[in-house]
Amino acid sequence: MSSVLVILESKNGEISRISWEALAAAHTLAAGLGLPLDAALIGLASVDKITGKPPRTLFTVDHALLRDYTADGFTEAYTQLIQHLKPAYVVLPHTYQVRDFAPALATRFNEVLISDVIGLTPSTPSPIFVRQLLQGKLNASYQHTSDGPCFLSVQAGAFRADASDAAPAAIESFRPNLEPAQIRTQPSQPFRASAQTVDLSTAAILVSVGRGIKEQANLPIVEELAAALGAELAASRPICDNGWLPMERQVGSSGQTVAPKVYLAIGISGAIQHLVGMKGSQCIVAINKDENAPIFEVADYGIVGDLFEIVPALTAAIRKAKP
Amino acid sequence: MKIIVAIKQVPERDARIRIDATGKWIDLNDVEFTLNESDAYALEEALLLKEAHGGEVIVISAGPERVGQTIREALAKGADRAIHIESDDLAQYDALGVARLLAAAIKDEAADLILTGLQSDDLGLGQTGVIVAELLGVPHASLILKIEATGNGVATGNGLKVLRELEDGWFQHIELPMPAVLTIQSGNTKLRYATLMGIKKAKTKEVKRIAASELGITPAPVVTLHQVTLPNKQRTTQILSGTPAEAAAALVEKLQFEVRVL
Repeated sequence: MSSVLVILESKNGEISRISWEALAAAHTLAAGLGLPLDAALIGLASVDKITGKPPRTLFTVDHALLRDYTADGFTEAYTQLIQHLKPAYVVLPHTYQVRDFAPALATRFNEVLISDVIGLTPSTPSPIFVRQLLQGKLNASYQHTSDGPCFLSVQAGAFRADASDAAPAAIESFRPNLEPAQIRTQPSQPFRASAQTVDLSTAAILVSVGRGIKEQANLPIVEELAAALGAELAASRPICDNGWLPMERQVGSSGQTVAPKVYLAIGISGAIQHLVGMKGSQCIVAINKDENAPIFEVADYGIVGDLFEIVPALTAAIRKAKP
Repeated sequence: MKIIVAIKQVPERDARIRIDATGKWIDLNDVEFTLNESDAYALEEALLLKEAHGGEVIVISAGPERVGQTIREALAKGADRAIHIESDDLAQYDALGVARLLAAAIKDEAADLILTGLQSDDLGLGQTGVIVAELLGVPHASLILKIEATGNGVATGNGLKVLRELEDGWFQHIELPMPAVLTIQSGNTKLRYATLMGIKKAKTKEVKRIAASELGITPAPVVTLHQVTLPNKQRTTQILSGTPAEAAAALVEKLQFEVRVL
């Protein structure tokens, strides 16, 4: 009988939070299609606790050649597991690691990874998967049309991980056949570039600036707003890419994750990579000239217009209001 | 070193979004197109490698005639020649189909290195480079910020040492043999502009045109786009209108009395 297989990710002996979200998404899919759900994991994570409803069986995939992550090793190991289990669906968390090997894994089966899924409807005969296009300006629904396994990765924060802990699942070990020659890349130990001196996660108010600021010479207008508010300055990736602000002020999937009391997004359109880093903020204010910018989908308050007029007016109004 | 850079033409970021009559894409009338951002960084890395080690940079792109304009831009920046896979209905192919077209067209070039952007700004599938590597049977590394060393300095011999971005501000070095595919993340270098001389020269550079149908790859998608829609709002956004001063005053009032942060 066919099944849904969810691939969990472990880091430093812990299963990542987004893996539990992928598990929840996979449960929704499996329940809607009336299929059993299994999970798999490479790595030495402690598996005595499953967050949420447990899978039928947890396959722990182990081999000396899998101790360090490589795309080659993970692709080959999971290829063998999938050939063994023959699932109808393979669900993965959309992490940097998954996006490095999952497209190759899908290709081994002449399949395509449906990446970055933010919603799913388990309708039969073919479920509908929703992902974003054009930096979040459109939603698109996709369907899988072949007989082979359907691969999908789920975006961080799109599915709520079930909170309660449950009994351990049945655990079965799976040992793939791997040869050293199959691993063509040599990874070294991960490192952090420099000590982070700015901890954006503790700031109560963040003034965050994006592409809309146009050039570095315009930054003082947001710096003045931040000063007036007593806020820390943050930015989206392009600002840091350009070297206008240091990387440590970057919010998003490749930067810091923040949840301040107020997040002011200035000239930030709100691509998914940015949203995952800030949408936990208690109150989101967006100032953007494009009324269709995705940032307005998560904002509590929005001002549509030219930031070069609005930001100085806001700074002045705050100075006036503050005792 | 022979380097192929796969590039994509995408709608400009501030393109007007109107869903077209098919309900499967946006109306492209009046839309300006540009070189996909992370592909521009991939091209930049290739040009830097060529400057350091010599060799040739070839750009490849698939799409309709208008893609020729983006190809010329890449040639004007310094690529030596180009391959244009001509297709008016690329949307019929899924990610695997497009990667098969690219792989078929570049297979015989026997390049040392194939670079492409991390993901496209339109479909954002983020997998073309990885699939091309798999189809060509060569190793890959993704999310690469920097190609740090090539050749003798690298333990693997005829290989590369690259800097890969991980999540949450972590990085990692990876060594891999050539030929290889790298997908390039934005931000490590400054992008160059085409010079006037470059633009002039680009007109004389070779653009090899291949019809997608000549490559013997049928679309045969396994994943199909069903429909596009405008997203639903996740929160109820209160839009504060009026003049800049009025909107600013309204926001300050909200921050004072509703959010209570001032």
